[in-house]
Amino acid sequence: MKELVIALVGQPNVGKSMLINSIADARLKVGNFSGVTVEKAEVRFSAQEHFIKIVDLPGTYSLNDYTQDEKVTKDFLENEPYDLIINVVDATNLERNLYLTTQLLELGKKMIVALNMMDEAQKEGICVDHEQLSSILGVPCVKVSAATKKGIGKLLNRTIDIFNFPYEKSKLIYSDVVEEEIEKLSFFLKQKRYKTELTYRDLVLKLLQNDPKIYQKMHDEPIWLELTPLLKEALEHLYLHHETKDVSEIFAEERASFARGVVTEVLTCKKSISKTITEKIDALLIHKIFGIPIFIALMWALFQLTFELGSIPMDWINLFFVSLGTYAKTIFGDGELGSMIADGAISGVGAVVMFLPNIVILFFGISLLETTGYMARVAFLLDGFFHRFGLHGKSFIPLVTGFGCSVPAYMSARTLKNNKDRLITLFIIGFMSCGAKLPVYVLFSGAFFAQEHAGNVLFLIYISGAFIGLIAAKFLKVFVFKGVDEPFVMEMPKYRLPSMRLIWHTVVSKAIMYLKKAGTFILGASLLIWFASNYPKYPDIEKTFAQKIELAQSAEAKIALENEKAQQLLEKSFLGMLGKSTDTLFQPIGFDWKMTVALESGLAAKEVVVSTLGVLYALGAGVDEGNESLIGELQKQIPFASAVSFIIFVMFYLPCMAASIVFTKETGSYKYLFYLFIFTTVVAWGLAFVGYRIALLW
Amino acid sequence: MIKLSQMNAGDKAIVVRIDANEELKQRFFSLGLHKGSQLQIKATSIAKSTMEIEVGTTLLALRYEEAKSIEVQKI
Repeated sequence: MKELVIALVGQPNVGKSMLINSIADARLKVGNFSGVTVEKAEVRFSAQEHFIKIVDLPGTYSLNDYTQDEKVTKDFLENEPYDLIINVVDATNLERNLYLTTQLLELGKKMIVALNMMDEAQKEGICVDHEQLSSILGVPCVKVSAATKKGIGKLLNRTIDIFNFPYEKSKLIYSDVVEEEIEKLSFFLKQKRYKTELTYRDLVLKLLQNDPKIYQKMHDEPIWLELTPLLKEALEHLYLHHETKDVSEIFAEERASFARGVVTEVLTCKKSISKTITEKIDALLIHKIFGIPIFIALMWALFQLTFELGSIPMDWINLFFVSLGTYAKTIFGDGELGSMIADGAISGVGAVVMFLPNIVILFFGISLLETTGYMARVAFLLDGFFHRFGLHGKSFIPLVTGFGCSVPAYMSARTLKNNKDRLITLFIIGFMSCGAKLPVYVLFSGAFFAQEHAGNVLFLIYISGAFIGLIAAKFLKVFVFKGVDEPFVMEMPKYRLPSMRLIWHTVVSKAIMYLKKAGTFILGASLLIWFASNYPKYPDIEKTFAQKIELAQSAEAKIALENEKAQQLLEKSFLGMLGKSTDTLFQPIGFDWKMTVALESGLAAKEVVVSTLGVLYALGAGVDEGNESLIGELQKQIPFASAVSFIIFVMFYLPCMAASIVFTKETGSYKYLFYLFIFTTVVAWGLAFVGYRIALLW
Repeated sequence: MIKLSQMNAGDKAIVVRIDANEELKQRFFSLGLHKGSQLQIKATSIAKSTMEIEVGTTLLALRYEEAKSIEVQKI
């Protein structure tokens, strides 16, 4: 049996995702096929003896490929095989939605219009005569509400009906002027008995709309000679009537007036409402003076929630992995295998899984921002400020997310339409210090600054990171990603209560993706680091130390010897060799080889920096940032200026490997990862150098 | 005839001409902003860097630069 492929098309914010969930209910598997910048989702299920595949295309205001996700939609509709279109239309915003509908009608495909949000329309006192609408458009229209699940069954039934019936030409009637010219030219073609696959009407329309493909085709045909003067005359008429020579503008106006005409005929009982809820909320949230403080307060609350609430299950997860590691050692023994599984795999993966609660909370907050319509308001508020630094109002979400973790931040940059703006944002996300860098800052500010200043130093680190990020954005805009500014023209959607089901779905799928990464990539990276810090083996050294430890008197002396052994072995391990071979590069900014290694191991994951420092400064690997004696060791072994330089370098250098891979995926090329490496390293090194020299003078 | 950017919150107007590049023009059209459409300024942000306008049933946010490209007749 043949599969019925349905393209779900609509403008943004018309409830397409919710509709697809209502149609397919729990029967479906939602698979996300992520492209470079945008995703189209596919859903498969069966109903009434038909296999159905619905392709949920990114929302688009029109088929003019303005943004990248709109391009995806246009390409799919024009080039991919599908059987029919479900055009989702917001009944409360009919006129503008019908603009897209008029373009879809001209694709010559079977189509059905789903009048969504009928429940909301009824509340607002809007009545739509869907039968009238059907007869005007020439395609069936069904009233539905994805939120209350009304009309979903009917929509599905009608869809299958249309699939089984032959295609019927839809009606899109233009103004008299255009219709007249269509008539004239069609008559000429008929007289000439011109043979074409298209109907004469469609052909003439394409000619009038300056479709290059048709021109190319007909240009070499004999009829062209006689057609040209007629066509020219027809176009002149249109120009005269519309007072413009821009054909696309003419047809845009035609479409708009068709939509306006339809609305006056089908919108029967519109009551006027004094002031909508949206206006009331907007009066507060985008208030000239209070708007930005409110936003900052909300963001602050989200971060408090992310870190405070997230830290509770974080402790449990940590405990779980620690005991899992201990358990693994009892099973696999203390030897190589046990060490690899416990110290390599489990502790590495555990360090990442530990952040799952933060990720979930952050994504919950962000999807809440997205679905309520508040994000558009913040973009509106911040665009003026961001624009000065070459960023777009919409850049703020990825940047703010970057304070949590760069991985989701890179992904959320997809909401930016313009590729150059997106690249600039992607390049500076790493400058927003992520949560994993926090332990490093806590450790160093605790060790090298007075207790009462440590908190301020932390705050300063975050703020100056963000500030340098903005300056870097300006630099990139002026010197690298030059080009015209992306216009800021954006719909401010109505405020809507988010569907908890949809948010749940988003959060869960993000969490699963995150765990998948931890189980695959992080696992591999952890094993690699474990290997590099444990090999090659030096049986001689181990033997000597074993004897010494045996002979040691007190427990303290034993621990000291253990630490010394660990340090010597590490120094000679692959990781140690790497550090020693590259530390000349870091001497000008005051690093010794140990700091170099710690920094380099941080390329895998920023959490590793602290644990590596712990090992290197001879304390064993089980160190966290609260460890007093590590602080003491650092104070003894690292000069103040080097510490400052180290903090600065950590603030700006390349994000962890997981983030780098996501970065590559989002930019679509390894070339950009290379650029990012150069860019961040130069910035980090340069600023660390300046910081080091200044601190030396202190 | 004045530019949209010269208007203030609360003002109403009719679009007379849009003087923008092809791409941006199409964007305006698909958002319901074209010759003859009625609009009202709902709010502006600090220093008028962005403005919120209502066209039909749609709320739009525009940057000052984009608002300069739209000529309107105040009503």
